[in-house]
Amino acid sequence: MSIGRKEKRMDKSSPFFPKGRQVEEGALNQIKNLLGNRPRRTDLLVEHLHLIQDNFGYITAKHLAALAQEMRMAMAEVFEVATFYAHFDIVLDGEKPPPKLTIRVCDSLTCELMGAKKLLRSLKKNLDNTVRIVRAPCMGRCETSPICEVGHYHINKATLKKVIKAIDKGQTDPEIPPFKDFNSYKTDGGYLLLENCLNKKHTVDELIEVLSASGLRGLGGAGFPTGQKWKIVRSYEGHRLMAVNADEGEPGTFKDRTYLESDPHRFLEGMLIAAWVVEAKEIYIYLRDEYPGIRKTLLEQISKIKSEGLSDHTTIHLRRGAGAYICGEESAMIESIEGKRGLPRHRPPYVAEVGLFGRPTLVQNVETLYWIREIFERGPDWFSSHGRNGRKGLRSFSVSGRVREPGVKLAPAGITMRELIDEYCGGMAEGHTFKAYLPGGASGGILSAEMSNIPLDFGTLEEHGCFIGSAAIVALSDKDSTRDAALNLMRFFKDESCGQCTPCRVGTEKATKLMEQKQWDEDLLRELSNVMTDASICGLGQAASNPLKMVLDHFRDDITFK
Amino acid sequence: MSDSFTFTLNDMEVEASPGETILQVAHKAGLEIPHLCYAPKPGYRPDGNCRACMVEIEGERVLAASCIRKPSKGMVISTQSKRAKSARSLVFEMLLTDQPTQDTAHQPNSNFWEWTRKMDIKNSRFPERESPATDTSHPAMAVNLDACIHCNLCVRACREVQVNDVIGMSGRGVGSEIIFDLGDPMGDSTCVACGECVQACPTGALMPANLLDKDGIYIGDADKQVKTLCPYCGVGCQVTFHVKDDQILFVEGRNGPANENRLCVKGRFGFDYPRHPHRLTKPLIRKEGTPKIADEKIDPANPSSHFREASWEEALDRAAAGLKKILDAEGGQSLCGFGSAKGSNEEAYMVQKLVRQGFQTNNVDHCTRLCHASSVAALMEGVNSGAVTAPFTAAKDADVIIVIGARPEQNHPVAATFLKNAAKEGKQLIVMDPRGQELMRHATHSLRFKPGSDVALLNGMIYTIIEEGLTDEQFITGYTEGYEDLKKSIKDFPPEKMDNVCGIKANVIREVAREYAKAKKSIIFWGMGISQSIHGTDNARCLIALSMITGQIGRPGTGLHPLRGQNNVQGASDAGLIPWVYPDYKSVENDEVREIYEDLWNRKLDRGKGLTVVEIMNQINAGTIHGMYVMGENPAMSDPDVSHARAGLSKLRHLVVQDLFLTETAAFADVVLPASAFPEKSGTFTNTNRQVQMGRPALELPGDARQDWWIIQEIANRLGLNWDYSGPEDVYDEMRQTMKSLNGISWDRLEAEDSVTYPCDSENTPGHEIIFSNGYPTANGRAKLVPAKVTPPDELPDKDFPLVLTTGRVLEHWHTGSMTRRATTLNTLESTATASIHPKQMLEIGVDPGEIVRVESRRGKIDIAVRADKDVPEGMIFIPFCFNEAAANLLTNPQLDPFGKIPEFKFCAVRVGTSKTVEAIS
Repeated sequence: MSIGRKEKRMDKSSPFFPKGRQVEEGALNQIKNLLGNRPRRTDLLVEHLHLIQDNFGYITAKHLAALAQEMRMAMAEVFEVATFYAHFDIVLDGEKPPPKLTIRVCDSLTCELMGAKKLLRSLKKNLDNTVRIVRAPCMGRCETSPICEVGHYHINKATLKKVIKAIDKGQTDPEIPPFKDFNSYKTDGGYLLLENCLNKKHTVDELIEVLSASGLRGLGGAGFPTGQKWKIVRSYEGHRLMAVNADEGEPGTFKDRTYLESDPHRFLEGMLIAAWVVEAKEIYIYLRDEYPGIRKTLLEQISKIKSEGLSDHTTIHLRRGAGAYICGEESAMIESIEGKRGLPRHRPPYVAEVGLFGRPTLVQNVETLYWIREIFERGPDWFSSHGRNGRKGLRSFSVSGRVREPGVKLAPAGITMRELIDEYCGGMAEGHTFKAYLPGGASGGILSAEMSNIPLDFGTLEEHGCFIGSAAIVALSDKDSTRDAALNLMRFFKDESCGQCTPCRVGTEKATKLMEQKQWDEDLLRELSNVMTDASICGLGQAASNPLKMVLDHFRDDITFK
Repeated sequence: MSDSFTFTLNDMEVEASPGETILQVAHKAGLEIPHLCYAPKPGYRPDGNCRACMVEIEGERVLAASCIRKPSKGMVISTQSKRAKSARSLVFEMLLTDQPTQDTAHQPNSNFWEWTRKMDIKNSRFPERESPATDTSHPAMAVNLDACIHCNLCVRACREVQVNDVIGMSGRGVGSEIIFDLGDPMGDSTCVACGECVQACPTGALMPANLLDKDGIYIGDADKQVKTLCPYCGVGCQVTFHVKDDQILFVEGRNGPANENRLCVKGRFGFDYPRHPHRLTKPLIRKEGTPKIADEKIDPANPSSHFREASWEEALDRAAAGLKKILDAEGGQSLCGFGSAKGSNEEAYMVQKLVRQGFQTNNVDHCTRLCHASSVAALMEGVNSGAVTAPFTAAKDADVIIVIGARPEQNHPVAATFLKNAAKEGKQLIVMDPRGQELMRHATHSLRFKPGSDVALLNGMIYTIIEEGLTDEQFITGYTEGYEDLKKSIKDFPPEKMDNVCGIKANVIREVAREYAKAKKSIIFWGMGISQSIHGTDNARCLIALSMITGQIGRPGTGLHPLRGQNNVQGASDAGLIPWVYPDYKSVENDEVREIYEDLWNRKLDRGKGLTVVEIMNQINAGTIHGMYVMGENPAMSDPDVSHARAGLSKLRHLVVQDLFLTETAAFADVVLPASAFPEKSGTFTNTNRQVQMGRPALELPGDARQDWWIIQEIANRLGLNWDYSGPEDVYDEMRQTMKSLNGISWDRLEAEDSVTYPCDSENTPGHEIIFSNGYPTANGRAKLVPAKVTPPDELPDKDFPLVLTTGRVLEHWHTGSMTRRATTLNTLESTATASIHPKQMLEIGVDPGEIVRVESRRGKIDIAVRADKDVPEGMIFIPFCFNEAAANLLTNPQLDPFGKIPEFKFCAVRVGTSKTVEAIS
């Protein structure tokens, strides 16, 4: 069945104009003014779209056409990027612009457990059409869920009352919690290590050695040994670049936000040291758009360190995501920094060799960089001395869900879920009995309470069909259905799939439809899961069915089968 | 290969070269791996997105897409493992879910359906999605997104292969959708209808619209496929005509050297003109007592108003007798003949032979006079060769590409794709033209200079190169003459003085000159913006000088390439359809040469140069030429100041026209002979790259229409010439007797290889794409540098005629429109005669888009609708010359370039009147 028909619009196609949409002079002037003397390079497309969105509250077709002309791009190229990212509101001819104020209600797993659906319903029922209410994926504040965002103001433990209050007060700007500023960071010995590096008091090899010995691994989720990564990137000749992944989008993860909000200079110093090590001429920080307060802080602090002469060895660019989980995948992030849709690349080649703008690129997660100074100050043994159950190092667990005290828990690698709940989270929440947990966000799978004695670390969960990833732990209780949780997660992947490859684009959609059915077709779901894992291009599609498989394996009581 | 290595594929040891993909190696080894998003065709990179080609690599966590993954030494790969097979099969099942069923499929023979049949996948177990809207907005292409599998091939086709940049993939995930521009209906978008996407689509989501019935079901099975050529421009695309019931159903690009499977809208969709109701199928004789009136319009649908049908016998007798009568009474100089650059090499040769041998005059010419005559004049003077020195595909090897006075995206669309490919790869593209064009979006420099100021701009560049010491002295010393004169004369043209003349800042002129000179490899392309001017030869001299003083010629990635217009303008010129030369540019005034032809043709031949197209019209008007034979040309539309040309044609005592339709020229004929259309004939054609290519018949001749070669021969024999060709092959063999350029290129070889570049050393070696690697075919082996003067256009705007009129083509229409305006799709896409004017200029004149204005020059006036077009500079107006209802050439200036004898089509003074102002005047 077809839902409509596109026909030639007589008002549009006329022999009295050149073919296709014409750029309106007025719109072109608006775009020119808005862009000012900013470069028109195509890698700035996403940034320029933000400018338009911020300025008008939405992006009209005539502005897209004008932007395309101004940037000497094809309209289709601009359109596909503009429509890829959730945070751009495209208003086509004849469509009504959205209301001035948008309220985004997080409906990712933790928030859903904590009542997001009810909140969404109640907002829709009680607010008039002067505001737009949309569902949105994880905003990285799961310790205070449910979350919603009024304009750019995040409301923790959101209620209808709080939302109305924010609207009434016109509170739409991000709230910036107090953080350790430049002076106090410096007073505590901050930037000394960087200065010593720049002044050649340390050698690159020394840094690499310390990092390697500490066992620090990429804490974005892949867990690649940091020292080794530095060595590899250094081995590629040419104009090397660095990209920082601050696109913390894995549902349940909020550690990077926590560190950036509280101690941004510790991260910046680590970043500048890493850039010094690999001799990256330029650093691109890719920050998710869900963290507008951090963006403000970073812009100011980057400018501060520049004026202090601490970043002369490189150039820092702060780039803004636009609402796309997939851009947390490093090659998709690189595509996005290049101004394109966030489509993961095929590997090989790996980004260390052919990365940003085709150059050798060091990609690091925020937290990884955050630890560099401390590891060096305290020595590699300090970091590796932590650990349980034969594992080494420290992990920042973002714990949310049905525990009494959710939050970022800096705990030894290899700690078990049971220990984490009991020792770090004050036990389960009142009235909840531990039933299941996500050891690694949306993609890391779901384990049952009986499996809560598995050490949590890179490499320990794989044999159970799970992985730790960014160490986002969501605890589920007897009040929760794992079937519903798995469906929530599959929907999330369907919404966030870039659409590039069939197993993920079609697979997440078909899986969602099959999982929405009252009775599940187990054989088909298993077959589909396997192919999604085996044949998807990137980790998103490969891991999207992990929760589904785990529920089929361990929570059969939650499901009715065909 | 020395770096080749081996790996294991399905338990076999196979060899791979570096860069090869698993799929390529597998195919070589005879293994079939399904694939959808991968197209093993030039220009298409693998994208690895459909996952239909998954294979298992031992030791790897997940499967690999064999189309994009390159094997490495020692890898153990299985195409047949359970995992790999299950993945491939489920991928197909997933995609099948949302397809129309096989019996309602848009294209049941598409790649997708072929594979599902081979893999025996019949049903899907998955729930369906809501299918997207059908887009029926385009007259030539159907967009059936219900069959789209998001494989991205159409995006690559549009963006990376043709670089038209109209198609994109919007949204994400399951919401991804193929879009045009900003999600516009295809028919409202900037789509140029090249149809590359249609050719690339593996499912029938994008299809020629005429292959579907009203329910979107396929009706496209053809009876036969014919490998031939596109009949339109000089690019020379190879095509396959898919024919059913003696109609061309659709056209596909073939992998010819000039097009690598690509086509443009004309080649792809402009194929139904031979079956237009206007097609002449019976010889016509002018009715007794029907006067020829210069400004009378005859309806080509109704020739019977002025003509009666006749038998071939009567028509041929009448045609020949009329010519013979004039010949006998007043001699050969009272006759003339026009051949056509649309005809084959053989036809061109026969026409010039008919005129020279039969009419006993050298008054034979064709429309090259109106296109590149000045370019050829300058090239003959400079290097004694009129052809390109390198093919346009050489752009890929260049570092700097200059395009001047050309709009290849309209006039040589497929050539333009190669220029855009090069620009996308980071080559410097410098576009110079008074009018804006889409190509400029890809350019590193766009110089929109003042109309008619080419020499000022180019001399400014030459000045810079010489003054700044950027010349290649060794090349100049070794291979040129006249440099000192050039150096002296160029002193008057510093960029700082030329900037006012040409409107380009001195520093830009200098920068562009430096880029061109300093690059390792620079190449120049030009079109009629250079040639159609009274200083066209000077323009081309500047380009030749630029290349010579910098040594940017004779090596890969360098050279001079005048983009030739008609499909066989190179071949027609080579074959001698030029009033002062025999085939291969041998002078008619050279006794030795003439003797060769006198021997061959067994008759004394005219010793003096003949007259050119415009000169012939002047002589008819002056009363010295009385008889004319025209094969496939339309001077009543294509000549400048066509009122003058039409007046001339009406005065002819005897005019024979051989054509498909009752053209504006045929309207003045005494006898009209219904001829063969391109898809009905066989013959060889030579494109702009000097590639001689084979055209083959796909359709029967309609009614009593006849082959052109047969008609010419019948006329010749009625003039007592005793020709006895049994077909084009015989003619071609005769041509090869005197034409060195066809050395090594036999008819049989062309039959076998389809295309061979000349010059060619032997039957067994490929031709030379790049020429002049070691000197020039001049008497002393040196190229001659000729300084050029800055001459203003002949007719400058003034108070009475304040605007500059420039003429040219539009993408959809060919030349005078006699074919393309009868091609349904092309005429639907571009149906209306319009004058393009800048919106600001329109404000000044006080007109709105679509309003009819009167455009008037000192020679004529036309009423025409206005098109708002920002690409036209203020002070200028552009009118294409293909619309007979508003013939631009009623206005143009017939002043000629003194050397090439080409008229100044690109510049004359006009005024534009609105209905109000026109009323006020009258």
